[in-house]
Amino acid sequence: MNLTLREAMLTFKRAPLLSALSVTTIAFSLFVLGLFGLVVVNLQDALRAIEERVEIVAYILPGTPAEATAQALKDIQAFPEVQGANYVSEDDALVRARAELVELRDVMEELERNPLPASIEVKLKPGFRDADHVSIVAERMRGFGFVDDVRFGRDWVENVDRLRGLAAAVGIVVGAAFAVVAIIIIGTTIRMAVLQRSREIAIMRLVGATDGFIRRPFLLQGAIKGLLGGLVAVGLSFGAYLLINRYLLQSAFFTNGQALAIVGFGAVIGLLGSATSVGRHLKRV
Amino acid sequence: MIKFTNVFKAFPKGGLALKDVSFHVAKGEFAFLTGHSGAGKSTVMKLIYADERPTSGEVRVSGYNVNEMRPRDVPLLRRKLGIVFQDFRLLEDRTAEENVAFALEVTSARSSTIAARVMRVLTQVGLAAKAQAYPRELSGGEQQRVAIARALVNEPTVLLADEPTGNLDERATRGVFQLLRDINASGTAVVMATHDLDLVRQAPYRVIELQEGALVYDSAVDEPRDQAAAP
Repeated sequence: MNLTLREAMLTFKRAPLLSALSVTTIAFSLFVLGLFGLVVVNLQDALRAIEERVEIVAYILPGTPAEATAQALKDIQAFPEVQGANYVSEDDALVRARAELVELRDVMEELERNPLPASIEVKLKPGFRDADHVSIVAERMRGFGFVDDVRFGRDWVENVDRLRGLAAAVGIVVGAAFAVVAIIIIGTTIRMAVLQRSREIAIMRLVGATDGFIRRPFLLQGAIKGLLGGLVAVGLSFGAYLLINRYLLQSAFFTNGQALAIVGFGAVIGLLGSATSVGRHLKRV
Repeated sequence: MIKFTNVFKAFPKGGLALKDVSFHVAKGEFAFLTGHSGAGKSTVMKLIYADERPTSGEVRVSGYNVNEMRPRDVPLLRRKLGIVFQDFRLLEDRTAEENVAFALEVTSARSSTIAARVMRVLTQVGLAAKAQAYPRELSGGEQQRVAIARALVNEPTVLLADEPTGNLDERATRGVFQLLRDINASGTAVVMATHDLDLVRQAPYRVIELQEGALVYDSAVDEPRDQAAAP
């Protein structure tokens, strides 16, 4: 292990330019991937904000006893999909309408009787805010005898669904394409490092080094380069994020876990790239 | 030690590099392998260190059967051999000492013993004073001595030398050849491929001659002949 580490480090010392080039290439490949990742992260945030507005409203027949509504509210709150449910009384509804529908304020003032029904407003937990779950919960709420009508803006929810599906498909396809490009570029860079040392590899074999012994420093070196490249990529992404935030729009950055995943991805590509390059080289000569 | 039995070796693109070659080199022996360029000397060497496998026939080296040895045994065979080439094959970015130590490190020798063993062989080849020199700072003869030290450090039973003096001037050639003779005198078998017939005539060693892939003369088997007639 000692020797592996020493040999791996020696490469950085003996071929500083090529090593720096490898790290830079890996960094920029992952940076592009990271930028795309930022877009995805922010798109997800935006989608989540839109989903927040998915709501089911059950209008309650006038004259329903308060105990019955209170019981129903408790039952609804106990549904596994439900995050929270609020009771909005007839008076509350009128207050809200006055505040929100300013144009009709005069009409409202002249009312002798409150025409607005009481209602129960339900918000679903994240993960249940799609058309299917919303319909199921709405249907269940319709089952209460004193519920007059249930509304949830079917078109709106279905649009959100479609947007979510589109974002996921684009994310996966474009993300995979970027990842593949990054892997190819990084693999080529590492291949150069292996070719540069092919003479040394030949000599190692002549003096009786096993393939495993030859391979180990390359693997370590590849992982280190990938790790460094990943760190630089996260740094560059953070710089880009700061610039975007300052001049373009309020956006979000990766969580620590996501940033760590990028660095880890770099290390894994570095390791696998080295493994395949050295493996192929050893098999051929 | 080294035993070739009816060995044929085909070139990948057709034609034969070796045709029905059989010979046996015993423990502690010194044997010249002579012949023109392209006669098959290097192919014989490559078969001995298992860089190539025979197309047919059998090659046995130090208890290994080169025909059917597993790839993972090849490094083990090479640790029993010392190999020296015309072009030295030293690592340019390591000192003489590091080049020699390298051969021990790859065999996972105990690191505490490496420095002493390296200095011992460097002394043996007369280069102890230049242990810290890089190959580019050494003459051709000195570089070949480092290569020989590297070949010796694993205490091989056979030293293979493929045209070891091919790149050296006359004085360096004599020095390196004397070194190989000393090594042989201490019990290590030496197989030296060369087309330098002056060297061959200088010493009373066995001569195996190849011509277009065929063994045409073996002084251990055939009648002695007039050396002047040889190519």
